[in-house]
Amino acid sequence: MPLLQVQNLTTYYHTLRGPVHAVENVSFTMDKSEALGLAGESGCGKTTIALSLLKILPWNGRIINGSIFFKDKDITKMTEDQLRKEIRWKGISLIFQGAMNALNPVYRVEEQIVEAIRTHEPKIKKREAKERIAKLFEMVGIEPSRAKNYPHEFSGGMRQRAMIAMALACNPSLLIADEPGTALDVIVQAQVLKLISELKSKLNLSIMIITHDLSIISETCDKMAVMYAGKIMELGDVVSLFKKPLHPYTQGLISAFPNIKAKKQEMVSIPGSPPNLLLPPPGCRFHLRCGFAMDVCKKKEPAIIEVSKGHHVACHLVSR
Amino acid sequence: MEEIVIKAEDLKKWFPIKTSFLATLLSRREIYVRAVDGISLEIKKGEILGLAGESGSGKTTTGRLLMRLIEPTSGKIFFKNTEITHLEESDMKPLRRQMQIVFQDPYESLNPRMTVGDIIAEPLKVLGAAKDEKEIEKRVYEVLEDAELIPPQEFIFRYPHELSGGQRQRVATARAFVLNPEFVVADEPVSMLDVSIRAEILKLMLSLVDKYKTAFLYITHDLALSRHICDKIAIMYLGKIMEQGTNEQIVFEPLHPYTQALIAAVPIPDPSSKRVDVIIKGEIPSPINPPPGCRFHTRCPSYIGDICRKSEPPLIDMGNGHLVACHLYGSKAKS
Repeated sequence: MPLLQVQNLTTYYHTLRGPVHAVENVSFTMDKSEALGLAGESGCGKTTIALSLLKILPWNGRIINGSIFFKDKDITKMTEDQLRKEIRWKGISLIFQGAMNALNPVYRVEEQIVEAIRTHEPKIKKREAKERIAKLFEMVGIEPSRAKNYPHEFSGGMRQRAMIAMALACNPSLLIADEPGTALDVIVQAQVLKLISELKSKLNLSIMIITHDLSIISETCDKMAVMYAGKIMELGDVVSLFKKPLHPYTQGLISAFPNIKAKKQEMVSIPGSPPNLLLPPPGCRFHLRCGFAMDVCKKKEPAIIEVSKGHHVACHLVSR
Repeated sequence: MEEIVIKAEDLKKWFPIKTSFLATLLSRREIYVRAVDGISLEIKKGEILGLAGESGSGKTTTGRLLMRLIEPTSGKIFFKNTEITHLEESDMKPLRRQMQIVFQDPYESLNPRMTVGDIIAEPLKVLGAAKDEKEIEKRVYEVLEDAELIPPQEFIFRYPHELSGGQRQRVATARAFVLNPEFVVADEPVSMLDVSIRAEILKLMLSLVDKYKTAFLYITHDLALSRHICDKIAIMYLGKIMEQGTNEQIVFEPLHPYTQALIAAVPIPDPSSKRVDVIIKGEIPSPINPPPGCRFHTRCPSYIGDICRKSEPPLIDMGNGHLVACHLYGSKAKS
């Protein structure tokens, strides 16, 4: 039984101009201590998936359809109270994008983590919570005495580490990191990614990394899902996806990524920009930018099929 | 030999920090942020120099100094054999036509109340580079076509909010190149854009550099991208250039321990290649009190003793224009 099983998840944002089809019919599974990378351009629905898993969508966001089974229980059917007691922080926790701004500047870091722990585990005393924080800080590589500092006294990398410590405060089994590398310098980014991989093996964590940076996924994840305009285009293990990408979008995305060790080469890009999700294009959502688009792509939406074990693709070129 | 367009000699920019009145009374010493602390570089016609480094290393300040957008504390700037370090603004104005800049964020660098046509025509009007309206219009059309905003008549009356991020950056690029400048600074021009369209914008810039034979300073923190677009790369750390060379030299034979760490830290989009594990610890120190001696010694994995702490290594030539500032190579220099 997988740890997380998402089936046909569909999430819309309701706006005055109609629903935004942010995530549509997305299905994937995650096993224990597995790392999944969710890749795609901005606005393709990566973060919406994370928010749906925790049911912390903004007021106009709604899960329209689908189920999210986490350890045999359907998250979509849970009440707020259940979610707080069983899922958020204790089952699944999220490191938000932009660690720089995710901490409250007027509270000490320690107080913020104590609050998080005591909200989700009311029985824990303040003292115990503080002891736990000291251990967590040691684990993520910050001097435990620094917990008494305010966020502005931390550097960017330390804030990111503190966010990771905070996310791990209630022993979750799944950690979601939303753009853990952006806004950090390469060296600090490498340090943070190394920390995440170490924690993964040490704590037997499952990790979901949301990023537009394919190189981060290739270095830290076992599986990768490529999203475009609210849909998963291709899903499979990292090695086969990078070696033999089948979807034209995945191919484009991989070749758009410069490899520092490769020969100096002409850079490749995917012309055009992602579609408006208020009115997603009919047929395959990628057909407007696809170099291989055929007539059928404009009319019929390709189903996602399994081409080899664990490797799923949604493209008419493959299903032909 | 190709003509040198822009050249800096021992350029420094120290920003004073405001201290309280009492603190000023008690100690006469002023405190400075040493953003740029003595760098020398030159860019030839048609050459692309990448200036790379972590945030806070002084890359952007260098770019602005070279454009004379801020006044240097000391040092000299030459633009085609003319020293422009202390030129009056009125003498500077004719030169402004020949130096342009593309900023990082195309969402903030374009005036939302002006149409694309007006935005691109503005430099022509302000600097009086065109005879009449007709010529302005002709030039705007030309450069829109260069920037692949085709057909131009469709874009000329649009406002920035009607454009995508990539198109906006094309407009910013078109605006920079409309005057046929000899020197262009691009400050992280693609870091706000999606990966899938970065290459397009860079290709556009490269083709314009090639067409107009511009000297191009590309400021970035992304070494993987610089590798594919620059001719030369200079690595900055805390206001100093640590290493400089052709992109092949920097990527495949990095000499400075800092460059080596930077290159090793760049993630590689190929799951079968494993990263070499030389990650340096900590983060960039504050430029207010940079470490004495070699600025990198506090984080350096190949620290060789007192010399690193006490004396600052000079930038020495290791052959073929490969410059490095590190005591490890002190005796091996080719003078």
